[in-house]
Amino acid sequence: MKKVFPDAKAALDGLLFDGMTVMAGGFGLCGIPETLILALRDSGVKGLTVISNNAGVDDFGLGLLLQTRQIRKMVSSYVGENETFERQYLSGELELEFNPQGTLAERIRAGGSGIPGFYTKTGVGTLVAEGKELKLFDGETYVLERGLRADLAIVKAWKGDAEGNLVYRKTARNFNPMMAMAGKVTVAEVEELVGTGTLDPDHIHTPGIFVQRITGGARYEKRIEKRTVRS
Amino acid sequence: MPWTRDDMARLAARELRDGFYVNLGIGIPTLVANYIPAGMDVTLQSENGMLGMGPFPTEDEVDADLINAGKQTVTALPRTSYFSSADSFAMIRGGHIDLSILGAMEVSQEGDLANWMVPKKLVKGMGGAMDLVAGVKRCVVVMDHTDKAGKSKLLKKCSLPLTGVKCVQRVITNLGVFDVVEGGLKLVELAPQVTRAQIEAATEATLVS
Repeated sequence: MKKVFPDAKAALDGLLFDGMTVMAGGFGLCGIPETLILALRDSGVKGLTVISNNAGVDDFGLGLLLQTRQIRKMVSSYVGENETFERQYLSGELELEFNPQGTLAERIRAGGSGIPGFYTKTGVGTLVAEGKELKLFDGETYVLERGLRADLAIVKAWKGDAEGNLVYRKTARNFNPMMAMAGKVTVAEVEELVGTGTLDPDHIHTPGIFVQRITGGARYEKRIEKRTVRS
Repeated sequence: MPWTRDDMARLAARELRDGFYVNLGIGIPTLVANYIPAGMDVTLQSENGMLGMGPFPTEDEVDADLINAGKQTVTALPRTSYFSSADSFAMIRGGHIDLSILGAMEVSQEGDLANWMVPKKLVKGMGGAMDLVAGVKRCVVVMDHTDKAGKSKLLKKCSLPLTGVKCVQRVITNLGVFDVVEGGLKLVELAPQVTRAQIEAATEATLVS
């Protein structure tokens, strides 16, 4: 089966429907699937539930889908950098579910691994645990968190091949590997699509079985949110 | 004379031990990296997926793929490793990190921490804070003793929604250093020229000797 698609638009063709759940990789603007987000915007698909650690900034990343009001609900751990988000949330247009960052990462990892739930200490005694099952293990209280899956996962890697094998670069890895596992369909975009056999099999981060479609070679802006330098 | 932000970071750096893996929060805790004693081997973890965080880059070294948990550009060290968010929080939640130094809005005398949410104000989210306080072996809070209105941030019970329950072991404020002990907070060190009476007047929590 051919996994390689010429561009982001083609890679999403036939996968989108209103009201769907989408996972989008990245931490802040680092390692986000830039071109697939743009293609989602251009598709006009709406009523999305988006699972992503952050919500981009006003004019880049997932912020673009907020501007066009294509997102109905966000599942995130931190959304502090986006005024459009703030406005839509306060006016009640946008639904929001906060998850602790580690709980979010583990929910996605679990979902992609066929694990419907797990117990964690994180959030016990806080608003996060309200309404959830608590259980005592070895004298300590844990809260039940559910695994997460999505209709579509869009991820960004540095290099990939036609098999869908992916290699990430530095801290741009973040949520991408787990999301690749948790999408019913996973579409990856890579900076460089390399020939099969080029990647060292020992160095592959995401094995191709988790990736159904791949596209590469687009130009990347890779915007930096907080450029900080030493003097 | 109350301690400055840098004084508080220097005091927090005394919590470091050779061989420690440490996660530093945003704000004053970030400054602790400037006070790691020479010759001490401390590895900084950044929860977005990096162990062995180096200093901020020069203009030439800036790399969009290399940021810290505060989304600032940073650099790597020879010892650096990168990993996914799931592995990062396995380190944190699995008790592999020795020390977390973080800021707070309120701390209770039982060691409860509130630092992510003020009701009716815009909530930005807890990020990794709940995971850190639930999983890291020792949590030290660095914060001002009182809020802008002069109200004590060391309380009998937190008034804000909690980040974690009974998770803080030590609090370093601009007025003193406090340990969470049975029955209340124990004053272990005073800022220069600050008196115990001043501390008592500025503290709502129970102080035990």
